[in-house]
Amino acid sequence: MTTLVRPGIVGGVGTSLLRPDGIPKIKGEFAFSSDLEAEGMLWGATVRSPHPRARIVAIDAAPALAISGVRTVLTQDDVPGSGHFGLERPDQPVLAFGETRYWGQPVAIVAAEDHETARRAADAVRIEYEVLAPLVDPAEAVRLGSTFRTIEIRNGDPDAHGEIVVTGEYEVGMQDQAPLGTESGLAIPDGMGGVDLHIATQWLHADHEQVVAALGLPPDQIRLHNAGVGGAFGSREDISLQIHLCLLALRTGRPVKMVYDRAESFVGHVHRHPARMRYRHEADRDGTLVRVEADLVFDGGAYASTSSAVLANGCYFAVGPYRAKSVHITGASARTNNPTAGAMRGFGAPQPCFAYEAQMDRLAAALGMDPVALRLRNALGTGDRIPTTNQVIVGSLPTREVIESVAAMPLPDPETADDPRSLPGGTGLTTPPGAVRRGIGFAVGIKNLAFSESFDDFSEVRGVLTADGLELHTAACENGQGMVTVLEQIGRSASGLQRVTVVFADTSKIGSAGSTSASRQTQMTGGAALRAATAVREEALRRGGGDHLDDAGVWRGGRLVAPLAGLLGDGPIEHLERFRHPPTAKPDAFGRGDVHAGFVVAAHRAVVDVDPELGLVRVVRLDTAQDVGRALNPLSILGQIEGGIMQGVGLAVMEEIVLEGGVMKNASFTDYLLPTFLDAPQVEAILVEQPDHWGPFGAKGVGEPPTISSTAAVAAAIRDATGAPINRVPVRPQDIAFGSPESPVTSHQQAKSPRPRS
Amino acid sequence: MIRITVNGVARTADPAGPESLLTTLRDRLGLPGSKNACEQGECGSCSVILDGELVCSCLVMAADADGSEVRTIEGIDDHGTLNAIQEAMVGAGGVQCGFCTPGIVVAATHLFEANPHPTEGEIREALAGNICRCTGYGAIVRALTAVAGTEAS
Amino acid sequence: MDITLPRDLEAALAAAAAAPDATILAGGTDLMVGVNYHGVRPSAVVAIRRVAELQEWEDRFIGAGVTYRRLEAGPIPGLAQAARTVGSPQIRSAGTIGGNLGTASPAGDTLPFLAAVDASVVLRSTAGERVLRWDEFITGPKRNARGPGELIIGVRFPDRLPRRQAFAKIGVRSAMVIAIASCCVTRDEDGTTRVALGSVGPTPIRARRAEEMISAESRPTEATLTEFSRLVADEVRPITDHRSTAEYRRYASGVMARRLLERVLS
Repeated sequence: MTTLVRPGIVGGVGTSLLRPDGIPKIKGEFAFSSDLEAEGMLWGATVRSPHPRARIVAIDAAPALAISGVRTVLTQDDVPGSGHFGLERPDQPVLAFGETRYWGQPVAIVAAEDHETARRAADAVRIEYEVLAPLVDPAEAVRLGSTFRTIEIRNGDPDAHGEIVVTGEYEVGMQDQAPLGTESGLAIPDGMGGVDLHIATQWLHADHEQVVAALGLPPDQIRLHNAGVGGAFGSREDISLQIHLCLLALRTGRPVKMVYDRAESFVGHVHRHPARMRYRHEADRDGTLVRVEADLVFDGGAYASTSSAVLANGCYFAVGPYRAKSVHITGASARTNNPTAGAMRGFGAPQPCFAYEAQMDRLAAALGMDPVALRLRNALGTGDRIPTTNQVIVGSLPTREVIESVAAMPLPDPETADDPRSLPGGTGLTTPPGAVRRGIGFAVGIKNLAFSESFDDFSEVRGVLTADGLELHTAACENGQGMVTVLEQIGRSASGLQRVTVVFADTSKIGSAGSTSASRQTQMTGGAALRAATAVREEALRRGGGDHLDDAGVWRGGRLVAPLAGLLGDGPIEHLERFRHPPTAKPDAFGRGDVHAGFVVAAHRAVVDVDPELGLVRVVRLDTAQDVGRALNPLSILGQIEGGIMQGVGLAVMEEIVLEGGVMKNASFTDYLLPTFLDAPQVEAILVEQPDHWGPFGAKGVGEPPTISSTAAVAAAIRDATGAPINRVPVRPQDIAFGSPESPVTSHQQAKSPRPRS
Repeated sequence: MIRITVNGVARTADPAGPESLLTTLRDRLGLPGSKNACEQGECGSCSVILDGELVCSCLVMAADADGSEVRTIEGIDDHGTLNAIQEAMVGAGGVQCGFCTPGIVVAATHLFEANPHPTEGEIREALAGNICRCTGYGAIVRALTAVAGTEAS
Repeated sequence: MDITLPRDLEAALAAAAAAPDATILAGGTDLMVGVNYHGVRPSAVVAIRRVAELQEWEDRFIGAGVTYRRLEAGPIPGLAQAARTVGSPQIRSAGTIGGNLGTASPAGDTLPFLAAVDASVVLRSTAGERVLRWDEFITGPKRNARGPGELIIGVRFPDRLPRRQAFAKIGVRSAMVIAIASCCVTRDEDGTTRVALGSVGPTPIRARRAEEMISAESRPTEATLTEFSRLVADEVRPITDHRSTAEYRRYASGVMARRLLERVLS
């Protein structure tokens, strides 16, 4: 292995360097997209459909335009270009026309002199609708052929069967990313027909491409700039207000700012796909997994977004990190009039993980085998084939190690604390310690790294040597995860320079960095940064004629031969790197092929205290071991692990958008419940380091694995504590108290005497 | 027109109708450090100290703050240097996207001014009105128990 | 928008009389959600947080302006336990018991306690004072009997509060959650037991048959406890909404009431 840290370098890779934006953020001085202002700025607001499905009969903007201070009201008729956008296919109109297809869909936009007037104007636009019956049942949609993609995967010996069979049906509710910063941005017209858009997003260039196409503008007329991002988690992959802002700025000739309120944010971005999954597992008596059959229906909602890729992930990882001789998976992403689903942390992997890990526990019970031993027996590793795609795993995949590491971690004190803050029900004082039962659950998850299925996935970084050190220019988006920190570390370790600065470049200055998603920036933009910084160093050494570079300059034989500034006399030292991961292929007709660039695994063990009688849960502890390839910044990784686990716990026990006929019933932080400080479990994490084959220094992405199997582990722990089947997440009190979502209240007696622990 | 003392400085502002103190601070007084994330008192991102009480500025009618004293994130540090809570949170990795951060710093500062040595349970309950979506709270709790000198062993 | 910021009760009553339809602003924790999300734009506001008389808390009277934070730290256990579950610390610093009554939400956290102890609501206007029992004051979900020009002055308790009081509230989050169901049980030395529940009907509900049955039991047995639980579940009138189901609420009401009874008996 190469040395990670050059002698003398502080804060290179492998250290827990603190983030450079930490100080401005802790002082409240960091500018988020919603904090931006410009001279003469207008405020925009959005008119939204109050119906999941309706025909737009007429739009009357006159009452809005009559309000003093209102500058414009625009509809789809005012959109000059293709008028459509979409990440995978441009199927979504900038503003609804003809028919609205989901509750809260934008129908018109307004701009006014101030925020209050803009909101009033939006309320004043009169729209006549003819309400139509929405299609809201995804199973019905699949029957009708209303889908974005269907997939069938067949691999292995179709006739292979096992003696022990377990079947199950599982359901996952709709989760919201709920980043604390809502959608917001500021568009500033340049006076020459173009616009500079300052925006909180996950992928500047993908937004740019969609904006210019929708508005029919030459690409150089629109420039997108990174603005401070208040979290993302997938919610900012799709277009929300980007095109609206540019359109309003172009039409009014004034800077325009928009900030969604929380209720709007819930309808203003896509969500995690709700899923219904049917499974059949067959195994030999010795626990060898023989056959897995699964049918997955994901509700994609109204528009395509990334449904196709999310469903593919769900299907490719439908078996989990296990070998199986025979696999048959079918999947469909339904097109309905529910809110659009798309990217959220884990991107299709958490849903099947909840199901296959429940199946593995059931299988272990049917075999009379220890659940951990069953998983170890079937664990995938380097050299094995992914059971669905048949792809050989060439990078590291320490499934066995993450399982063994977690299983070996000490368990917490079995005694339940007396403090209500630590009990189920919390400060609601519902639950005396005597009413609590402890449960322990285990789960393992797998996912792909970066983009797949032949997508041309790359990231550009320009390394620039200045008299002050190294600059790394990138269009990559820092969403809070700490990419900016790890790029700095990679720059230091690769160049030998201590002074490394990440410079955020707009879309006109550099090529795409790809999306800040799919756990990919450490590997992709980090990979580009490594090569760019290395090239800059080599050129500096060549010009200086030396053997060592640091902030002073180039050294030879321990003597400074050229100061940094002196190296630049012959022109700038720059290197533009476009980094690609190993190519991936499209799947064949049965879903097979080398469709993925790499894989990552993590294991979680949840300890819960449950009040079985009232159905209340306190997640006490969540321990994990995660495959990280190489830990470039342990502190940042722990931050991703703890944060990702919290989102997984949220999906397990409280986070769900409740829909009724396509209408959200809880689009607010009052009723969409996010875990608080009092709901957070203790987390212990082990980082398993087995360098991967292409990430910088062997690193893997770390953002998504914490979310994939933590939900399944909590569900398993609740099953362990209560004996309730828990076939659905989030687990609701009645699911525990009444034993099963399918069989509602039986008797007091039954709820008080849960089945014995398995 | 209202007169309020913000971070020790006498200010005047002209809030529109029933607008919130949060809007007045952000849009009229040039103090964007308090964040707007939910506008219904369910996330704590807009926390300020109003006449000594920790409140959500989104739920204070600005017109009703006339004559009051407000401390915001912009005035919470220790004469220009980070206060102990800010220092500890940055050092422990308690900041990621940073959107909840100002509210958490204000709420934690308010807690520690009343109770310099809160237990972990007291810290968690006192901050239960501040939602963080990035960190899972662990790093923040480690930072604050360290400041309190009440770290779990 | 006209706003008045009276400092004493006389000025507050005068302001309310001058604008009988004025919106009364106390802690703002309910009203401002309406302003921020539901287009509430009152033309006249009387902001009462500075009114000294409303901050008073004497033996059997709690001024309308007393915040949840003070209730939480106060000497009445049932009310302190309920106040601790209201929203966040930020909400509890601002929100008041008068505001909880004024909003009269079926999920109002202090209301089960007030119902259990048969508290009265003191209303006053320039025309005089009215004292309404809690169930005369709360007339429906988010409806109450406050008339134009009237202010909620505070709540008055009967001469003696029951010695044993216990409150519980079910939510799926450990803090900052609207009640799926809440319950308050009180018991006196003579066995007199009161049971009131929230979020399981349009207004707080007293489980009077259960009260009657259990009040007669000096040492409740397992069988009477079970019967008590059943009676409570029978007397609530829950609905299904996005927070929970009617079925669970009914069931949980019985479980909670029994547990609270065990708490006040212990």
